[in-house]
Amino acid sequence: MFDKTVYLDNAASTRLDERVLEAMNPYFFDTYAVATSEFGYSMGIDAKEGLERSRKVIASALGANANEVVFTSGSTESSNMAIKGVLSALKGKKDDHIIVSRMEDFSVLNTAKMLEKQGYKVDFISVDSEGIVDLEMLKAAITPQTALVSIQHANQEIGTLQDIKAIADICKEKEVLLHTDATHSFTRVPLDVDQIPVDLVTVSAHTIHGPRGVGALYIREGTPINKWMDGGFQEFDRRAGIENIPGAVGFATAVELVTPEENEQLKAMRDRIIERVQAEISSVTLNGSATSRLPQNANLTFHYVEGESITLHLDMMGFAVSTGSACFSRSLEASHVILGIGGDHERAHGSLRFSFGRFNTMEDADSIIDALKEVVVNLRAISPLSADE
Amino acid sequence: MNFPYSKEVLEHFKNPHNVGKMEDPDGKGLEGSAACGDMVAVYLKVNPDSLVIEDISFESYGCASNIATASIITDLAKGKTLDEAKKITWKQASEALGGLPAVKAHCSVLAVEGLRSAIRDYEEKHGMVVEKEPTDEEVVRRRLKHVMNPIKGLDIIRTELVMKIVVNEGNIRVVLDLPSHHQFAAAIKEDIIEKLEALWDVESVTVDFIS
Ligand SMILES: Cc1ncc(COP(=O)(O)O)c(C=O)c1O
Repeated sequence: MFDKTVYLDNAASTRLDERVLEAMNPYFFDTYAVATSEFGYSMGIDAKEGLERSRKVIASALGANANEVVFTSGSTESSNMAIKGVLSALKGKKDDHIIVSRMEDFSVLNTAKMLEKQGYKVDFISVDSEGIVDLEMLKAAITPQTALVSIQHANQEIGTLQDIKAIADICKEKEVLLHTDATHSFTRVPLDVDQIPVDLVTVSAHTIHGPRGVGALYIREGTPINKWMDGGFQEFDRRAGIENIPGAVGFATAVELVTPEENEQLKAMRDRIIERVQAEISSVTLNGSATSRLPQNANLTFHYVEGESITLHLDMMGFAVSTGSACFSRSLEASHVILGIGGDHERAHGSLRFSFGRFNTMEDADSIIDALKEVVVNLRAISPLSADE
Repeated sequence: MNFPYSKEVLEHFKNPHNVGKMEDPDGKGLEGSAACGDMVAVYLKVNPDSLVIEDISFESYGCASNIATASIITDLAKGKTLDEAKKITWKQASEALGGLPAVKAHCSVLAVEGLRSAIRDYEEKHGMVVEKEPTDEEVVRRRLKHVMNPIKGLDIIRTELVMKIVVNEGNIRVVLDLPSHHQFAAAIKEDIIEKLEALWDVESVTVDFIS
């Protein structure tokens, strides 16, 4: 039928780069001790060096100092730590209100909803039709009691990039802490904490061909934050638990392997999909912004057809992509992101996300467009909906 | 290859039978809506003497299980009398397809409803339906048997998800034994409202949860 899967779901997770595995390998088999203090035994000191070298790499990719980076088990943990840790530290001072956007991943959205149940006030900031946060609404929502604003840098589904500088400036002026989830933008789009006064940044390894279950949280020096998991004194006494050193080394290697040329290639594939699909298939809508967009993400709605039907046909033809359709999701709920940009269920239903990675080629982009032309025409032929109804 | 459906479902999905719009159908049914998910249209040609379904076709705006069920159900109905076809159930369709995932029950049951509403349409047009019955608790209960409980793959009446039904001059209130934050709460609620609002004398529908 076909020899290999053309994998275009890199926003969900990516294939590990062999060079990452190679760099991690010694920390499983040779330098496998836990990180010890400088007075420990030599294997532990070597392990510690590997960990600290990795920390420097992550820090410098963000323009941060090494002591501002804490390794975690991934983005979910980083964002939980940022939000819950700050609220805990500000308890009794400035602790009854947080602000998040409606477009966040569940790691932020459901954290906020849980806090709301516990009695915190939460404002969910709306976005415009391209997914861009309403800055006026944000400004108006901040009160003297606001502990934290959490707004993502890039959206997981429609790829919209926020003007994080403008958001950070507002927060700075109003003296409120800002957390941003940069899971999808890290190393793909510049985010320099020296230029942008953001206080906490969530990043992850597995979206850039690194290992799963490894992430980090940037914490600007001086930010009030408590531990949210009790245990040992690792990670500057901020994150308890034995350090995942092979993971940290893999994360750092993954960061080093991303190049500006690669990001340009991703962008070229993204633009090819967006341009060719819109030119060659009728009744298609681009979801997200045409200009303020992740280089690796294209998201399009194919009207009058349902996303799971498209993805299943594509799967049988050897392509892996995802859809915002309710039928595809575990909860049977349509994408909150597409609904959040003012789309209706129909818009979510027919939406497809194409996300590119290092191992994709322009040929992949072209071949899925050719496949889509066939699949969408066939499904539309049996659909009771059409352009003239 | 490890696809999420049975061989039979995939076969009907890839090459659905009896597809397309029918010119001048004798009966037509449209179930579902674009706004909240899947849609199925069923068209019938009926022999007026024998009341046998001589031709049948469907159109689908839906997921794989929706398309496959519509395909199999139209196969099953072809050549049957209206009374026989009315009795075809979702379970029969599912069995003929080698089983459907329980969580997809609500998408695929639409095809069964599409067939039944096409038959009803024929019967109404041909004076075979007695007077419209006013909506009472029993009518609501019957109608809710068409709403699936995705947790169990059976309808919400049979799985005792419905705790209370109140009908008051066209205003219906349904209480479900489910917390409002349950992952399927919103989908079930939408489905209930859609089913009940279609009744001719219903003005409003509210769905409440236990917490
Ligand atoms: C924007 C965003 N943040 C956080 C996460 C959670 O990442 P993980 O599951 O690796 O913790 C995801 C996962 O899809 C995501 O898309």
